[in-house]
Amino acid sequence: MTTIEAPASREVPYVSAVAEAFAQLMREDPAIFIAGEDVALYGSVFGVTRGLLNEFGPERVIDTPIAESGIMGLGLGAAATGLRPIIDIMFMDFMGVCMDEVVNQIAKMKYMFGGKAKIPLTIHTMAGAGTSMAAQHSQSLEAWFCHVPGLKVVMPSGPYEAKGLMVAAVRDDNPVIVVNTKTILGMRAHVPEELYEIPLGKAHVVRPGTNFTILATGRMVGESVRAAELLASDGLDVEVIDPRTLQPFDTETVVASVKKTHRALVAHEAVRFGGIGAEFAAQIQEEAFDHLDAPVGRVGAPFTPVPFSPPLEKEYLPNADKIAAEVRRILGRQA
Amino acid sequence: MTGISTDVLLDIHRRMVRIRTFEEEAGKLMESGKIPGALHLYVGEEAVAAGVMVHLRDTDQITSTHRGHGHLVAKGGDLKRMYAELFGRATGYCKGKGGSMHVSDLDLGMLGANGIVGAGPPIAIGAAFSNKYRGTDDVTCCFFGDGASNEGTFHEAANMAALYKLPVIFICENNGFGEFTRQERHQAIHDIADRAAGYGMPGVVVDGMDALAVYESAGEAIARARRGDGPTFLEYKTYRYFDHVGVRGMGVIYREDSEVLEWRQRDPINLMEARLAEQGLLSPEGAAEVHEAALADVREAIAFAEASPFPEPSALMEDIYTLTASAGGGA
Repeated sequence: MTTIEAPASREVPYVSAVAEAFAQLMREDPAIFIAGEDVALYGSVFGVTRGLLNEFGPERVIDTPIAESGIMGLGLGAAATGLRPIIDIMFMDFMGVCMDEVVNQIAKMKYMFGGKAKIPLTIHTMAGAGTSMAAQHSQSLEAWFCHVPGLKVVMPSGPYEAKGLMVAAVRDDNPVIVVNTKTILGMRAHVPEELYEIPLGKAHVVRPGTNFTILATGRMVGESVRAAELLASDGLDVEVIDPRTLQPFDTETVVASVKKTHRALVAHEAVRFGGIGAEFAAQIQEEAFDHLDAPVGRVGAPFTPVPFSPPLEKEYLPNADKIAAEVRRILGRQA
Repeated sequence: MTGISTDVLLDIHRRMVRIRTFEEEAGKLMESGKIPGALHLYVGEEAVAAGVMVHLRDTDQITSTHRGHGHLVAKGGDLKRMYAELFGRATGYCKGKGGSMHVSDLDLGMLGANGIVGAGPPIAIGAAFSNKYRGTDDVTCCFFGDGASNEGTFHEAANMAALYKLPVIFICENNGFGEFTRQERHQAIHDIADRAAGYGMPGVVVDGMDALAVYESAGEAIARARRGDGPTFLEYKTYRYFDHVGVRGMGVIYREDSEVLEWRQRDPINLMEARLAEQGLLSPEGAAEVHEAALADVREAIAFAEASPFPEPSALMEDIYTLTASAGGGA
C-alpha cells in the first residue's frame, strides 16, 4: 500500500478500524465529540462506535433524536464555536433529510463570512447496496457532495484506508464527508495500531500495471483488483488506482497513469449517469486526450432505484465480471 | 421601568434608533439602485433586537435571519463594515462575499444572517451545545420569524434543546407575515408560543413593540439559560413596516396601508421616548441628539462603504477552504 506499511501482522476488520480511529482521535483531542442516532448506547447499527460510550461518557458520545437536520445543525454550530464534531448519519440515504444544513450552511459558511469561519466538522455515513435494504437504505450519493464547493469527500476502499482517511478527515479544519460502504465492513486487512493519516487529495496506485488504467472508488477498488486478475489471463497488465479522496480529486496521479497505459475506465457502485466517474472521465479526456487510444469507459449501476429482491439487486450491482467485460469491450472496439 | 437602570434604558433606546436609521438609509440606497441585490429591512421590529441584545456579552452567540441587520447593529456590529458588505466591497464584514443576507461577525458571536428561512435553530443549538460542552455560561439567542416556525428545522432544534437542556433562547419575531402570507393563512394557531409546550419548555407571549417588556422577558429567559435550566420560547408580537423586500417592494397590495398606520401608532421608538420623557430621563432635545448621532454614524458608514474598493477578481477563489495539512479545493 504505502511506505509506512509494516509486515501484515495485524489484520483488523473494516468496522474495527473505524471504531479504533474514533477512539484514538477522541483520546488525542478533547474538542472531539460524536453525535448521531444510536451511536452511544447501541454503538451504532453498524458497530462503528461500539465501546465509545464506556470510554468517553455521554457528554462526548451522544445519542440524538431521529432528526437529521437538528443533528447536522448541532454539528455546524459546535464546529463554528470551537469544537471538532463527528456527526454520524446512519445511512447515506438520510442525507436527503439534512441537505440544507450540509449544502447551504456547512459548505458555505466560511465563504459567505469572507473566510472567517473555520468548520472542522466530520460527517460519517454509510453507503452501498447488496443487503436487500431496498431503495432508501442502499444508495451511493457521493457525487451530490463532490459538486458542492466547501465540502471534501472521502470514500475508503478497505480497513487501512478507513482508519487513515478518518484520521485525516477529523483533523482537517474543513467539513469532510466520510462515505463508508456497509458491505465491506467485515473486510480484513493490515491496519497499523498507531494513529496515522492518509493525506486527503492523494490517490493511491493499488496495483501497478502497464496497459490499462482502472480508476475505482470504495468497494469497486477490490472488485477492480479482481477484474485485473481476470484480465491478466488475457495478457493484460492492468493498473488499479483508488483516488481515496473524491473531492479534492488527485487528477495528477490518474493522468500520469493514463499517459502510460493509454486506456482507462472508471468504476463506482453509484448510478452511472451523473456519477463521479463522469467527472473523472472528463478530466482524463481534458488532460490526456492525445495519449488515449480509446474512449474512457465507465462502469456503474444502471439508472434505477436500488431494488429489494436479491436477484434484482445482484443484477443492479457492478462487480469484477462487469468491469472486466467492459474493459474487453473497450479493447475490442479499439482494434 | 422600576429596577431598570437609566443607563440600560438609554442604551436600549440608542440601539433602537441606530437600527431604524441604518435601515431607513439602506432602504433608500437599495431603491435608488446603489446597493445591489435584495434587502430585508427590520424597521418596526427594533424593540426586539434592542431589548434582547442589551443583555448579551460578546461571547454570547446569536443566529439571525434574512432580516438580520437589526440584530447585528444591536449586537454592536461596526456600521462601516456592515454598509461596506451591503455595497459588496472588500472592506465589508464578509469581504463582499456574503452581502445583506449573510452579514456576520463571529467576534461578536453573530453566527450569520441567513438566506434560508428556518436555518438558524439547528445552528443555534450547536452553539449552545458548545457553550455547555466548554463549560462556559454563555447563551445562544436564536432569532426567527413566524414563517420559520413552520419549518421542520425549528421543531427538531426545539426538541433537542429541551431534551439536552441547552442554554438557548428561541426568539420568535412574529411580524404577522411569512414573506407576503399573513399568519392566519400559514398556521392554524394564533400564539406560536403555544408550540413550546409540545417540547417541554416555557413559552411566553410578549408585546414586541414594547422594548421594556422585551427587556424583562428576555432577561428572565437568558438568566434561566445561564443557570443551566434550559431553553425558553419567547414570542414577540411585532410588525414589519416595510415590505418583505425593500421598502415598497414590488407594489403588490397584500395588506392595507391603514394596518401599517395602526401599528405605527405603537411605534417602539416613540413608545420608548414617551416613557423616558415621562420619567424625566430623556428630553425631546436629548432624543433628537440620539437620532442625529445615529444619522451621523450611518452617513459616515455609507461614505466609508462607497469609498471602499470592490474585491479583486482573484478573491473569487479564496476563502472556500481552510488551509490545513491537506490541500483544499476542487477542479
